[in-house]
Amino acid sequence: MTMQPAPQDQSIIMRTEGVGKTFGRFVALKDISAEFRHGAITSIIGPNGAGKSTYFNLLSGAFAPTTGKVLFEGRDVTGMAQHKFAHLGIAKSFQITNVFPLLTTHENIRVSLQALVSRFDIFRPRTRLSELDDEAEALLERVGLAGHRHRLAGSLAHGEQRALEVGMALASHPRLLLLDEPTAGMSPEETRTMMDLIVRLAEERTVILVEHKMKLVMGISDRLLVLHHGELLAEGTPDDIRRNETVKRVYLGQREH
Amino acid sequence: MATDLAFEATRQPSPLLLWATRHRVALASLFLLLFPLVMPFKALAVMILIYGLYALGFNLLFGYLGLLSFGHSALFGAGAYLCGIAIVHFGWPWYLAIGLGLLAGMVVALVIGALAIRTRGIYFAMVTMALSQCVYYLFYQAVDLTGGENGLRGVNLKTVNLFGFDVDFLNPLSRYYIICGFVIAALWVLSRILASPFGAVIEAVRENEARARASGYDVMLVRLLTFVLSGAFCGLAGALLALHLSTVPIETMHYETSGLAVMMCLLGGMGTFFGPFIGAAIFLLLENLVSVWTSHWQLFVGLAFMVCVLFFPRGIWGTLMERMKA
Repeated sequence: MTMQPAPQDQSIIMRTEGVGKTFGRFVALKDISAEFRHGAITSIIGPNGAGKSTYFNLLSGAFAPTTGKVLFEGRDVTGMAQHKFAHLGIAKSFQITNVFPLLTTHENIRVSLQALVSRFDIFRPRTRLSELDDEAEALLERVGLAGHRHRLAGSLAHGEQRALEVGMALASHPRLLLLDEPTAGMSPEETRTMMDLIVRLAEERTVILVEHKMKLVMGISDRLLVLHHGELLAEGTPDDIRRNETVKRVYLGQREH
Repeated sequence: MATDLAFEATRQPSPLLLWATRHRVALASLFLLLFPLVMPFKALAVMILIYGLYALGFNLLFGYLGLLSFGHSALFGAGAYLCGIAIVHFGWPWYLAIGLGLLAGMVVALVIGALAIRTRGIYFAMVTMALSQCVYYLFYQAVDLTGGENGLRGVNLKTVNLFGFDVDFLNPLSRYYIICGFVIAALWVLSRILASPFGAVIEAVRENEARARASGYDVMLVRLLTFVLSGAFCGLAGALLALHLSTVPIETMHYETSGLAVMMCLLGGMGTFFGPFIGAAIFLLLENLVSVWTSHWQLFVGLAFMVCVLFFPRGIWGTLMERMKA
């Protein structure tokens, strides 16, 4: 990794400079410049179709922006292949649950852990990497799935699958954890468990999450970004956002459309 | 209660199955070593070995990684031709010729794989099939080397020198055991691959490509490497075929041969360790037994295939394994 001599604000972990994304003629996102603070929970909120997921996909490397740059710890990561993000220290969970359904929960975590140590070793027995087993066990416990190590991931309840996915994201020891609507489709109780988990995880790392339900993230976020029609509408602390008249109009008075 | 059971699906197999999995190479080898004792037609037994190995290589890509290739005849055929050419035109010793056949399977897999790997599903099947047809015509046109339409003749191997002993390769039984030695070695290598860290990656990519990528795996490279490994097994099978038949018919490379691998895999059980051999055995036995009394043997093989797909969707071996798990 090359360290850049240019003055670099250590308190900023990720930054986008004028990123935009168009799909054909449809402009999903235009010219968004924002900074994400180290160690904070930043939530990206906005009504449906605001461009939250598009922005999330640019941050997590699922696809490259049409314009602008994405920087992680001062390093330009624009257009870098998705699989490299995990090795940089950025992990993500998907909006739609994404696990390895026919592997056990333990194998799910284990194979995610293995990505850092052994990818193309085709001849040694994998049982030699026994330290991964204990690590996987610890991670399962961390996300509250300790009792389910032999269950197939596909047979877990929805909330458990989401928790498993967070566990898999943690496997790469990320400094930045990106979560796309982590509570989508969850019961109120599962939602509460997940929110508690996110707060605990944020004690050790930076978290950026996309959320549709504004109320949910107000309490836990340090900062908020509000997107609307593919543009950055507002940015600030939860209190700033709560007082912001434009945001109120967008969220409360959507009649004008 | 039954639904509860499905929901609580675990992957904790019975002790018997665990034991069998741990010793899968030994058990499979034992079966193959005893097979000619119950099998009256030794030449057919050799064909089952060879096609079983071919289906095994195909299964690595199809059953374990989940990519349906319709171009494996090119890997199998390249192995057969290169082994044959090395012996007929260059007078190479048999073991080097086999090595060349194996390598040829890998090289053709690398070329086809590099071009096809970005496509998925039915497109992958079509692209691999089209590319294998290109390879077919390449070999068809190179008459001086391959014999073109007539196939490559004269891959004669009378005796094989093994550790200072001359073994009669024309004797069906000793021929079976020589080829069986290669097949057992291949089974061992496959077992090692499946049990390696990379084996876990193959499964992960099959289960969920997007998640595997997000976890930090280069999915395209995983697919390409698996394709090339698959090519090694198929190339070896082809080389052994050339030695067994003493000739390489051009049909070896025909896309029907690609279909054969799919059929054998589905009959036996895709994604199972020994299924491809069971599939190859059933297919070739049916073909040989039925064709004795009717030339329309394909009708019966087709019927058997349909029955199998309807009643044993996991293949015969696969269904058996599933039963043992419960």
